[in-house]
Amino acid sequence: MSLAASSGPPSRRHSRLTRLTRSMGLVIGLAVVVLMIVAALVAPWIAPFDPDDQDVLLILSAPDATHWFGTDAFGRDVLSRVLWGARVSLYVGFVATALGIVIGSAIGIVAGFYGGLIDRAVSASTDILLSFPQLIMGLLLVAVLGASLTNLIIAIAITAVPAFIRMARSSALAMRERDFIDACRVLGYSDLRIMAVHILPNSLDELVVMASLWMASAIRTESTLAFIGLSVPPPTATWGGIVREGFDNLLDAPWLALFPSLAILIVMIGLNMVGDGLRDATDPRAAT
Amino acid sequence: MLKFALKRLLLAIPTLWAVLTIVFVLIRIVPGDPTIVILGDQASEQARADLREKLGLAKSIFSQYIDFMWQIAHGDLGRSLATNRPIMSDVLSVLPYTLELTLASLIVGTVIGVPLGVLAAEKRDGFADWFARVFSLAGLSFPAFVSGILLLIVFSLKLRWFPVISSANLVDPIERLRALVLPALNLGLLMVAYVTRVTRSGMLKALGEDYIRTARSKGLPSRIVVWRHAFRNALVPVVTVVGLYLGVLIGNAVLTEIVFNRPGIGKLIVTALNQRDYTLLQGLMVVTAFAVVLANILTDLTYGLVDPRVKTE
Repeated sequence: MSLAASSGPPSRRHSRLTRLTRSMGLVIGLAVVVLMIVAALVAPWIAPFDPDDQDVLLILSAPDATHWFGTDAFGRDVLSRVLWGARVSLYVGFVATALGIVIGSAIGIVAGFYGGLIDRAVSASTDILLSFPQLIMGLLLVAVLGASLTNLIIAIAITAVPAFIRMARSSALAMRERDFIDACRVLGYSDLRIMAVHILPNSLDELVVMASLWMASAIRTESTLAFIGLSVPPPTATWGGIVREGFDNLLDAPWLALFPSLAILIVMIGLNMVGDGLRDATDPRAAT
Repeated sequence: MLKFALKRLLLAIPTLWAVLTIVFVLIRIVPGDPTIVILGDQASEQARADLREKLGLAKSIFSQYIDFMWQIAHGDLGRSLATNRPIMSDVLSVLPYTLELTLASLIVGTVIGVPLGVLAAEKRDGFADWFARVFSLAGLSFPAFVSGILLLIVFSLKLRWFPVISSANLVDPIERLRALVLPALNLGLLMVAYVTRVTRSGMLKALGEDYIRTARSKGLPSRIVVWRHAFRNALVPVVTVVGLYLGVLIGNAVLTEIVFNRPGIGKLIVTALNQRDYTLLQGLMVVTAFAVVLANILTDLTYGLVDPRVKTE
């Protein structure tokens, strides 16, 4: 660290400033994410219009005082649809990531803890799954399972599992050799107890960092699939779906694609800021 | 080196086999009767039986699997359900477009990303570092279709520098290059984010090593210390990320092709999805799997070139 710092201007003021902006990044990121979650939760009360209400007289109207984000090709209020769309995007992102973490870290810890044949089989399958592009895998899964909320969550969770397996495995592998684990064995603790109570909490830091980054990734995958036309079927509002409708009317109504795009972008930036901030806070080596 | 390359190719066979098996299984877990999915529930029993015969679904799953592998081993991807054309020829006709897009964005990504990362590490906490950090945060956050649409709005709709709808006439080399600029920038700039981050952290690590201090203290110019001594050692993780990014690139290429209305593998995947053309989809997944495995092999081979310490035996 100190040697690395000598390569740049070695002023202490600078590093303190950097540290401050970093933790500010975490705070801002958290604020953005929390705000979005709140907006999604209270969407039914704060949305100015019913997201599915069509007004045939107001098709593709530009943003004005009544319709802040304009209206879409069916005369629906875009602001209301973006607010309701947040519910789908954030829900899918959260549940899929949570599923990915639970399944991935359970398999990963078991593989890393026992080693041997289980570990080799798990590692080999993880390598293979990771070699397949996440988006293509998600696309294929939703295409064959059929586009629905549940299938979307399953597909995105499956794409997240291998990454969490790999992370939990490497952390369990490192932990296995530590003295306190030996002590647990001497005390006669069951393997399950050692894994759940002593190994898992020690990899929580990394898990939380990865979870926030993966939630961003899950939301990106969801919106991307919706953009391709593989998400919750219409008329349900999803961010990617609204962007798609806007894209199809890009020449007449560019704002239609713009607002949901910005919503996706803001959440992504927020989550990435949280992930980066947490990583810097928990792993001093990464803060170079 | 040749021996290493051959060994690496042999090692790729089990991976490829496993990925192909996954594709085979996935395509066959379509819920319900695929003939109903394809023909609709109004189709006659006879039509469905014919289709089942044509798709080879009448055979046992095991012999379907053998057929599938046998065909691929012979470079045959079967025929499209929708058009009945050989899938291989469809793929080969659009592959050059996807390859040129991927290559162009790889160039954009590394030519901008690597120097930016080096500069950020060299002038740590300075303006370049701050810029690199903001830029890579944005790059990591943009879904490829969002950045593509924004580029389209700014450069095609507002500034009118590029056509909104890519010219269908891609034979003319100038037009073809013009049609390539925005899509390649879109993919390339997203890649800059990853490359910059890894280059920066690799450089910071390398610049902190003792041999850099030695090089500096014997009076070498900073440029030589940075590029010849530090950069060579920071290059391995950069190669890893570029290699890993090829997978992301393939996924993002799908979106970029849709947004910029370019012919290519991505466009073909969407066509297959819309027409429920499962044999075409399967063929395209096979092609993607090959591309990813090949990219991984190339990455491994590059290690040997970049870092002589990586044993090639």
